[in-house]
Amino acid sequence: MAEIMYWEALQRAHDEEMARDPLVICMGEDIGVAGGTYKATKGLYEKYGPLRVIDTPISENSYTGLGIGASFLGVRPIIEIMSVNFAWLAMDQMFNSAAKVRYMSGGQLTAPVVFRSPGGSAHQLGAQHSARMEKVFMGIAGLRVVTPSNPKQAYGLLKSAVRSDDPVFINEHELMYNWKGEVPEGEYFHPLEGSEIARSGTDVTLFGYNISVHWCLKAAEILASQYNISAEVVDLYALSPLDRAGIKQSVCKTHRAVIAEEDEAPCGVGAEVMAIINEECFFDLDAAPVRVHSALVPQPYNHKLEMAAIPDHEDVVNAVLKLFGKA
Amino acid sequence: MKPEDKKRVLREMVLARRFEERCYQAYIERKIGGFLHLYPGQEACCQGVMEAARPGHDYVITGYRDHVHAIKCGSDPKEVMAELYGKETGVSKGRGGSMHIFDVKHHFMGGYALVGGPFPLAAGIAKAIQLKGGDEISICFLGDAANNQGTFHETLNMAALYKLPVLFVCENNQYGIGTAIDRSTAVLDQFKRVCGYDIAASQCDGQDFDVVHEHAKKAVAHVRNGNGPYFLELMTYRYRGHSMSDSRGYRTREEEELWKQRDPIFILRDRLIDAGAMTMDAFHALEKEIDHYIENEVIKFAEESPEPNVAELEKYVLA
Ligand SMILES: Cc1ncc(C[n+]2csc(CCOP(=O)(O)OP(=O)(O)O)c2C)c(N)n1
Ligand SMILES: [Mg+2]
Repeated sequence: MAEIMYWEALQRAHDEEMARDPLVICMGEDIGVAGGTYKATKGLYEKYGPLRVIDTPISENSYTGLGIGASFLGVRPIIEIMSVNFAWLAMDQMFNSAAKVRYMSGGQLTAPVVFRSPGGSAHQLGAQHSARMEKVFMGIAGLRVVTPSNPKQAYGLLKSAVRSDDPVFINEHELMYNWKGEVPEGEYFHPLEGSEIARSGTDVTLFGYNISVHWCLKAAEILASQYNISAEVVDLYALSPLDRAGIKQSVCKTHRAVIAEEDEAPCGVGAEVMAIINEECFFDLDAAPVRVHSALVPQPYNHKLEMAAIPDHEDVVNAVLKLFGKA
Repeated sequence: MKPEDKKRVLREMVLARRFEERCYQAYIERKIGGFLHLYPGQEACCQGVMEAARPGHDYVITGYRDHVHAIKCGSDPKEVMAELYGKETGVSKGRGGSMHIFDVKHHFMGGYALVGGPFPLAAGIAKAIQLKGGDEISICFLGDAANNQGTFHETLNMAALYKLPVLFVCENNQYGIGTAIDRSTAVLDQFKRVCGYDIAASQCDGQDFDVVHEHAKKAVAHVRNGNGPYFLELMTYRYRGHSMSDSRGYRTREEEELWKQRDPIFILRDRLIDAGAMTMDAFHALEKEIDHYIENEVIKFAEESPEPNVAELEKYVLA
């Protein structure tokens, strides 16, 4: 296996799928001639041309709708939305058209379209460029939501998303495009449902997804080496549907749970995982589950305020220590 | 316009240029973070329009390339720089940053980061003026690529329908980040796009202050006299990349050089010199004086100002 960057993994998945199927296209702002803000479409314009690698105007709702309309006739668009903050403008088409068309047409139509967009706080980008929006997407029936935590998942989830007959939203992170990881040399399809045990343990389960998986892994190391606590880390790469069985299985083993998210708490991943724990394994718990999350504020520009607003691995460690009555 | 006024305008344009260049340096030094969009090359647009309007009285709203517009409305450059430094003394208390300069006491209604977002807000401000019966107008400065956002068309329709006192200024620098206008937009002349809404519109050179000023006077008078909205397109160019992470691979150095030969500051300067109202030495002295002011007052203020108190993280979330 070769080590490549997250953006390279995405680029490779685009390239392979476009080479295989002439109806796979990609579209978005600055993705063609400019090669993509985060380089996920680098070189594709030169290789596949302007009919299939489409530089769109700044018209999020309408180019998203255009891609969805094309998908009704079997085209498979990969639509890059430069930032989830701009996806607010595309949500009408994503939710009202793509997510619902299969159901409301009684199964006649489907929208096999892939939306990719990065969210997250990325160093002082301010209130209108730092949103985490997984909580919005994961509440929509008819839309699959996945969120890769490493290059292997980025590659494999995009490949699977292109092949899926459902609309899939891939939630990326602005800070992770240059992160490196191993990706299989051969073709690889990551499942669009389920979860992954990123580290096994026995005393507490740390649930993370995307960037927070990395906080959990770091926290687990500190908990093991400094506090003799064995933490299991579960990577929730699929946010919709969430892996009920996987969540239950791990909590039944460890009897304790911490959920870490960069998003704000209300109606979020943590809230949803807690509800599942409550429904599936309440009597297996030794302590009430805890959420680690952002403060409920529009992201401040000032660096210190920003750091105070978003959590990191230390907050995960502290949450676990509290759970064990050690802090 | 009297020579004295033109010299003041030149001074303000040099200040705008040097302020932005100093921001560039501060960003490299990591004193400024986040996204930083600079204005050099486009100075005559803001100056020409606002000299025809009433800065601090008329309401102004714009996008993320907003420092110079705020200063022109009356913001203290020290407080704008302090905002870029994330300080409590900044116009937006260090909470906003470069893309979110707000200075409501000078009727500068903000910089917004989502392309196209300010169009309807500008119309809303105009609606409030209409209801309250004031003689102010609402002025919206945005780029060319913003006109492809749905809010552009939806707002133009409403502004015409309700006859709102709003002036839309399109600073057409021919690029939206790395995408040239002819790759994103079917009709290149932006003023033609508003004809379908029966809105008065014109287009002119955005590099020559005098030309912008003449056109803006007509535009402002049209709006202020109750004739409804106006759309003014200014042909201009940004010298630097879109933001700091832009290496300008999408355009040629020759094209950049061609535009730099029509530098808005030099055009006005040379005209003043030709008219005998200024000497080249006086111009160089002016530049020096401004650099001194920026270093010893603006930067000093930003450096020495306190940061926000972390205990006040949640201040300003709700009323
Ligand atoms: C809704 C939305 N989509 C995309 C972006 C990313 N973006 C920021 S500026 C910009 C280009 C805008 O170009 P233009 O309107 O011409 O203004 P200029 O930057 O040239 O002054 C883009 C695509 C954004 N900020 N908001
Ligand atoms: Mg532009």
